[in-house]
Amino acid sequence: MADTQTWRQWLLTETPTSRRHAKISAIYQGWLSFRSNTMAMIGLGILVLLVFVAFAAPLLAPHDPFVQDLGNRLAPLGTDGHIFGTDSLGRDILSRLIYGARITLYIVALVALIAPVAGLLVGTVSGYVGGWVDTILMRITDIFLAFPRLVLALAFVAALGAGIENAVLAISLTAWPPYARIARAETLTIRSSDYISAIKLQGAGPLRIITKHIWPLCISSLIVRVTLDMAGIILAAAGLGFLGLGAQPPSPEWGAMISEGRRFILDYWWVATMPGLAIFTVSLAFNLLGDGLRDVLDPKAGE
Amino acid sequence: MSLTDDNNQRRPRRAPLSEKAWPLAKTSMLTLGSISVTLLGLLFITFIIGRVMPIDPVLAIVGERASQSTYDAVYQQLGLDKPLLVQFLYYLWDVLHLDFGTSLLNARPVSEDIARVFPATLELATLGIIFGVVLGVPLGVLAAVRKGSWIDQVARVLALVGYSMPIFWLGLMGLLVFYGILGWVGGPGRVGIFYVDVVPSVTGLILVDALLDGNWAVFKDAFSHIILPASLLGYFSLAYISRMTRSFMLEQLSAEYITTARVKGMSEWDVIWKHAFKNIRVQLITVIALSYANLLEGSVLTEIIFSWPGIGSYITTALLSADMNAVLGGTVVVGLIFILLNIFSDLLYKVFDPRAK
Repeated sequence: MADTQTWRQWLLTETPTSRRHAKISAIYQGWLSFRSNTMAMIGLGILVLLVFVAFAAPLLAPHDPFVQDLGNRLAPLGTDGHIFGTDSLGRDILSRLIYGARITLYIVALVALIAPVAGLLVGTVSGYVGGWVDTILMRITDIFLAFPRLVLALAFVAALGAGIENAVLAISLTAWPPYARIARAETLTIRSSDYISAIKLQGAGPLRIITKHIWPLCISSLIVRVTLDMAGIILAAAGLGFLGLGAQPPSPEWGAMISEGRRFILDYWWVATMPGLAIFTVSLAFNLLGDGLRDVLDPKAGE
Repeated sequence: MSLTDDNNQRRPRRAPLSEKAWPLAKTSMLTLGSISVTLLGLLFITFIIGRVMPIDPVLAIVGERASQSTYDAVYQQLGLDKPLLVQFLYYLWDVLHLDFGTSLLNARPVSEDIARVFPATLELATLGIIFGVVLGVPLGVLAAVRKGSWIDQVARVLALVGYSMPIFWLGLMGLLVFYGILGWVGGPGRVGIFYVDVVPSVTGLILVDALLDGNWAVFKDAFSHIILPASLLGYFSLAYISRMTRSFMLEQLSAEYITTARVKGMSEWDVIWKHAFKNIRVQLITVIALSYANLLEGSVLTEIIFSWPGIGSYITTALLSADMNAVLGGTVVVGLIFILLNIFSDLLYKVFDPRAK
């Protein structure tokens, strides 16, 4: 008990003893203010659960998600052994949902890696170098920004061929421009600050300035934006899957599962309903988490 | 426009005409330039997509059993032996003449097909945006005025759910409940099977055509078919519009002139609608234009769910049957409209909001 008290005191001290101490203390205070936001905590909880389910899928799933049982097709909710029923090939819907969590996480993680990094590169170079480089890069960004996202992704997938990786690529290609805009705006304000002039005088080159001094400061606003965009990414991926352009059968991707259940929606509603609920829950969780993160990391942007 | 004139007249010395006209001319030149660059970029992207597609356009025309000489002839006829840049210029020339090639599926010009399917999308998206505005704007205003009250909470939850909901799934659920179980609305498609091609197509918008023809039965049937997808799209634009309206209104309501108006004893209704709301109109119109553009695009998935014969269904069907010209033609048209609406809302902002200068 006494030990935890001192931990708290150490974390909340107003006179940090080292730089790392100050950093940890700042993170802890951010966590405290985040923790008081119930909705954001619910979002975080759902996502932690999602990650857990995705990793432990083989342990949690009651059945093999690919094994067909044609004698037991379209079993309703609450059937013995199939709590969410079975689909048109007799596969257990719950098990497919559990394995589908892996695909969703995979897509989200890949897009969240590719798009912000691409945007960060374009935005910081554009903002730091300025001049005609800035003009050209921002013009390209504007063109992509002005493009309808889903239709562009459709056309890309058409060109590249259907599949998860290509869907990820298509979504990333349409998702990077807002990050570039944000990174550029941050760079422009940072570029003219005194400490950048100071390290310039010390002989730091552009590469060092961008990677060591500008990127770290862009990260927090990018993280907020990425979290808020996650829901959109999930919906886009599910939409592509639904159109048959994302994950291919028999993959238990949630959007593709809805598309399969669509054919008999009027008679066997649960086949399409369950994966839809899963998509909705996860993207809702990302939205809640994003709102909470924005309040902590970027208080200016809130209302 | 009138605002700038007023300002100029109030100056002691009238500025010479050239000095006044120059900024306006410069702005419009810049805008025109940026429009053309954006459009060029759009066409360049679709061109590249068309070139890297794993479909041989020549084979698609001549078929697999054609002789080498036929193949070569068509290859040259399509200009595929020319450098890429020249091919791109050919492509630009064709698009400028609204020539998107012929569809591989039905051998008709793609532009004709698009002209045929586009009104269906337009009708759906327009009705959707009307729902979104009529319900979303008052909801946003109320949520701002009664900040923290139950209505604010309802607006917040509605928006949050809207942002998180897969539109195609909500459409399916809507069909299941309102068509399958309750039977309140018509099912998929634009009209029931007995009403197809009953009224002459004048505008392509079936509700308008039915009215022009005075055929109430068709109008009622078409309405029962469009109401569900349109309210669905309306809900998604409502989510966005109400949030934006709320934050615009909050910004105005915290301004000092509002306090002044209240101190003067002005009624709350006048404070809200005559002062605060009047000042957010321009911002609101840009938001509505953007969300209209999004609806035109967002209708792709909705159209599939409701078997709506619009441009979204057209592109997707073409995609699944590898009809390259149709996909690219559809993409260009949707992209064009999207860009033009974006620019329109930008311009509106610049023209009507004096602060934007």
